[in-house]
This record gives sequence, C-alpha cells and structure tokens, in this order.
Amino acid sequence: MEITLSPLSPSVNQTFYTSLFDLQDGERVRTCLQCGTCSGICPFGYIMKFPPGKIIGAIRAEIFEQVLKTDSVWMCVSCNACASFCPSNIPITRVLMTRTKEEMILAGNVPSELQAALENTQRYGNPLGESPRKRADWALGLQPEVNLLAKTRQPVEVLWYVGDYASYHPRMQSATRALAKILNALGVNFGILGPEEYSDGDSQRLAGERGLFEMMAQKNGQVFRKYKFNEIITTDPHAFNALKNEYPALGIEYPVRHYTQFLFERLEQIKPLLKTEIKAKVAYHDPCYLGRVNGIFDEPRALLSAIPGVELVEMSHQRINSLCCGGGGGGMWLDGFQWEKAHTRLSEWRVREAISANAQILAVACPYEPPRFEDATKTIPAASQLKVREIAELLAESMDL
Amino acid sequence: MKIAVPIKFVPDLVEELTIDPSGTALDTTWLRLIINELDDHAVEQAVLLKERGGGDVTVLAAEADGVDDFLFTAAAKGADRLIKLTGDFSTADNHALGRAFADVIKELQPDLILTGVQAHNDLDGSIGPLLAEYLGLPYVGYVAGITPGGDKVIARKEYAGGLVAEVEVKLPAVLGIQAAEQPPRYVAYSKIRQIMGTAKIEERPLGALESGGGVMIERMFQPEAAERATMLEGSPEDVADKLVGLFKELGTL
Repeated sequence: MEITLSPLSPSVNQTFYTSLFDLQDGERVRTCLQCGTCSGICPFGYIMKFPPGKIIGAIRAEIFEQVLKTDSVWMCVSCNACASFCPSNIPITRVLMTRTKEEMILAGNVPSELQAALENTQRYGNPLGESPRKRADWALGLQPEVNLLAKTRQPVEVLWYVGDYASYHPRMQSATRALAKILNALGVNFGILGPEEYSDGDSQRLAGERGLFEMMAQKNGQVFRKYKFNEIITTDPHAFNALKNEYPALGIEYPVRHYTQFLFERLEQIKPLLKTEIKAKVAYHDPCYLGRVNGIFDEPRALLSAIPGVELVEMSHQRINSLCCGGGGGGMWLDGFQWEKAHTRLSEWRVREAISANAQILAVACPYEPPRFEDATKTIPAASQLKVREIAELLAESMDL
Repeated sequence: MKIAVPIKFVPDLVEELTIDPSGTALDTTWLRLIINELDDHAVEQAVLLKERGGGDVTVLAAEADGVDDFLFTAAAKGADRLIKLTGDFSTADNHALGRAFADVIKELQPDLILTGVQAHNDLDGSIGPLLAEYLGLPYVGYVAGITPGGDKVIARKEYAGGLVAEVEVKLPAVLGIQAAEQPPRYVAYSKIRQIMGTAKIEERPLGALESGGGVMIERMFQPEAAERATMLEGSPEDVADKLVGLFKELGTL
C-alpha cells in the first residue's frame, strides 16, 4: 500500500507511543538512534515496508497509522535479533513489534492462517486444533508408563511441561518419547499434565494476542497449583521463556529449566550410558528463545559433544547471531502468508548453512524445528542427505534406548 | 434493519463420535460442541450489513456448552442483543428447534432472518426452510451476498456449476447463508473478556419441545464396509488395460 503523509492522526500515534512506555524498559524506545541496525539484522527486514527502525521513525513523524495500513509486521518472527544488537538496548521485539501486532489484532487485521491458530488455542488450548484429550497420546505404549499427575496425584521431583508441538506434532512425538526414555534411564522422578496442560501461549503473545496468552497462563497456573513438584522442565524453549520471563508477572512463579540444562547437570551420569557411536558432523542450531533470548548456548553443545563419534561443526550464524527457523512470533502459523511475500523460508536458508558447514546432521532443541527443517531438506536439493535430529533423539540413540 | 440470527451448536469432529447404547443417538459423554460453521458466517453477514447500513442484530441460540462464549464473541463483533433459549435440548431435532426459534422471532419482528444454510447434523432438513414455514415467510437458501434496498433485499444465491442468481426478496424473509461476504473475523480475546462484563445474555426458558414432522431414528451406526476396494497391480499400461476391462464388465464403457 502507498504511504501517504495525510491524514495525520496524532492521537492514535501518541496513544500507541505512550503505551510502549508502560511496558518494562519500553521507554528505551525514546533512545532510538535511527542507526538501522535492527532493520539490517532482521532476517525479513528487506521485505518489510516498515522494518523496526522505520516503525520508530514513523511514530516520531506521527504517521504510525501508515504502519497499521501495511501488513509487513506479520513478517516479524520475533527472533529478537533486532533487540540483541540494538546499541540502545531497546527491547524491540518484546515491546515495539509485539505491540504493533497487538494493534493489528485489535483492529481485526489478522491473516487467516494465524486466525485459525489463535481460534484453536482459544477453543482447544493448543494452536494445532487437536483434541485436548489426546495431549498425552504420544506416551501410549511407553514402559514404564509415563506418570500422569491427574491419575497418580503423587508428588514428583520434576514436572515436565511437554508443550503443544512436542505433544501433538507427529514428527516431534518421537523426540518427546526419546526424552521420556532418557528421564527414565536416569531414574528421574517426573510427571506430566497431559490433558490438563494448556498451550504456554508465548508464541500467541508474540503474535500480538496478549489476552489469549494471559488466559493460557492462568489455566496453566491453576493446574500447576494442584500438584506438588520441585521444578518444571520444558521441551519447548518458548514454554521455557514464558514460564521464566512472563508467567511470574502474572503470579505464576516456579523454578524452570529447559531440558538441555537439566540433562547437562546430569552429564556425568549420562556419559557412561552413551555407548553407540554416532559418527557424523553435527551442526547445532541455536533456537532463538533458548540461545539469544535466554543465553543457553553451551549446554546443548556439551550434550552433543558427549556423544561418541559426534564432531560438532558451527554454521555461519551461531549463538547470539543464530538465524531463526522462521517459526517464532506466529511464523509457525504464517507459512503461506510469508511465502507469498518472500518466496523463501528462513528454514531453507538455515539448511543451506548447515550444508555449507559440511554438516551431516542438523541438531535442534526446539519442537518447531524438526518439521520446519525437515521440510526444508525436501525443497533444497543439496540438503536431501541432511538429517534433522532433536538432541534428545540423538542422546537416546546413543544410549540404545 | 432489524436482523435476527438463530444459530445452533453441532458435534465437534475433533473428538471421535461414538453411538450410545440405545443405538439411535450419539454418545454425549465425550461429545464436544462447536458453532455450526455456516451459522458463524450468518453472524458475520449480519454484522457486515449492520456496519454498512446500520441496524440491529440479535443472535439467538439454544443452551449448550460453549454457547455463552460464542454469544459474547458475537457481541464483540457487533451484535446488539443476545438471547439464549434455556431448557433441555438434548433431544431437539431441527423441527423442534425451528419451532422454538420461531416463537421468539415472532416477538422480535425482524426484517431479516439469517441462518446457516445447513449443518452436518441436519437429519430432518435444515433450520432455515423450517423456520420460514413456521413464520410464514419467504426463504432463499445458499446465499453468499446480500444487498439491502428498502423493503427488499437482493440475495446472491449460489447454484452448482458456478452459477449465481440474484434473487429479489420482499422483507421480512429468511435467508440460508452459504458464506458471508468476508470470512468470520477474529476478535482479540481481551475484547471478548471486556464485553463479558458489559453485555447481557437474555435467557428464555423453553416450553415443551415439539418435534412433529421430524424423522424417527431407527438405527445410528458407523459406516460399514460392504465390499473392499481392489488394488490393481502392475505397470501403468497393465493397470489401464485392467481398468478398461472392468469398466466394460460393469457396462460403463
């Protein structure tokens, strides 16, 4: 859509601008230097009519309404690269981009794919639109049986918050089962919530649906209160991020770790169990909400390095400079929309990087990634031999589980 | 324009459906209900008409799990009045539901009644024509677009094969909606929560259900396999030859 300079609506502009200041560190937006770093590092900045820096520019020019007339903010995958490299330390993703998406959603301007995921979340408690009753079906047939807290009501050491894609996505379920087997092999006393578990809501929040996120958080909070446990571990970095950084403000506060941190703590116990060699060059993809946002870079790499035969190689984008798989911030539910705009997928770029690094296995630690990267290996001819494996899958394989 | 939108909830196919021990109905133990998709379109169409030309939209529903949330969502979209028929609807077929809606709608005296043209659990005809019959009003079904014009509307009625007819209907009338002019909109959850505090659902206790004229269900059952499909094996040429042979045998060639 053409950008025109009139009519101006300073009130919309001003209301939006000051609403940013209510958020934690939101006032830092004032310190923007207009250096353009954010727009440059944004993986889709080159396609956006208003990349982050330009949104701030538009607000200062009092033409924020023009931003809302374009749909370019839906290219944002909330990867937090902009915020991580901003010299003024502006929380661009959490504050500016998320609030802009909120405005779009309040105005009813939502791409239909995203709408379906949000409606599914509201209705079923998961964005995939699956039956809540089937949330623990991945565990069927596992021995020993996975401890469903609603059934046993026993206090446990660890509450494993499994999450949406790890519970339901057919490609992820094998990784979820692998982690259950590892926890059993280590003698961890753990339980899951199954049908009582709701979506963590973090990607919905970052897609601008704050109200829905709060509803999910409250429902999860109610369930957490029913049971006794010492800590929560998560499969999903987004759930980890929500529980660690967002739920406490809503009064839901528990010690939480990503499973890679939990296993890393037990590395000495795991090492003797890693018997089968996996002879391969392995590139590890840092998930945005594990690495860049929450600073967990070394634990996943240490787990992979402990597997006999594994040779870790690094891709050009790594650690804080990792490249998003494209699934964050609603990207998981905007595939068609983003493809139409970009005619490429971030997962495809990433898979090409893995090939350039001579990797034979692309190792991941986020449930969005196995399906996204595996799809990418099917569309990038050079990547047809590349295997995509969850860290839990590789560990379980080496442990002969 | 005063618009009434009677809607119904239907079994959600996200859960597997099972037959109850009577063998004539669905087992409701695990049944989850969801808005009939085309009724959702009827609500959207009503709100679109209101936004374009002004008006007043009343959404009517029979009591069921999740109906309150749906009514509040409709209010957040722009519906002015929410009416819930209360009582036991577990045995209500469309004839009974149609009569129950007709009683309330007579009171409302709307200019236009919009409802989904069909639902996947319509065993005894769809609600729209039944309602029109009980109210003595004209009915046009498979409508995907409405242009108001004084005491008439022009309804765009879809036919098979991509044909569309523009039908002029004198008001009041009942229209069966095939699709709203734009897909049902999304309402942010915060807006729904907000409206829950301000909007009111009017409850109307239901009298006796009258299902006369409906169907009697003798047996309800899962599809039963009669004869299994035959897989043709061989090269594409062989398969094509066998297929032609089969068609000849069946007399279709």
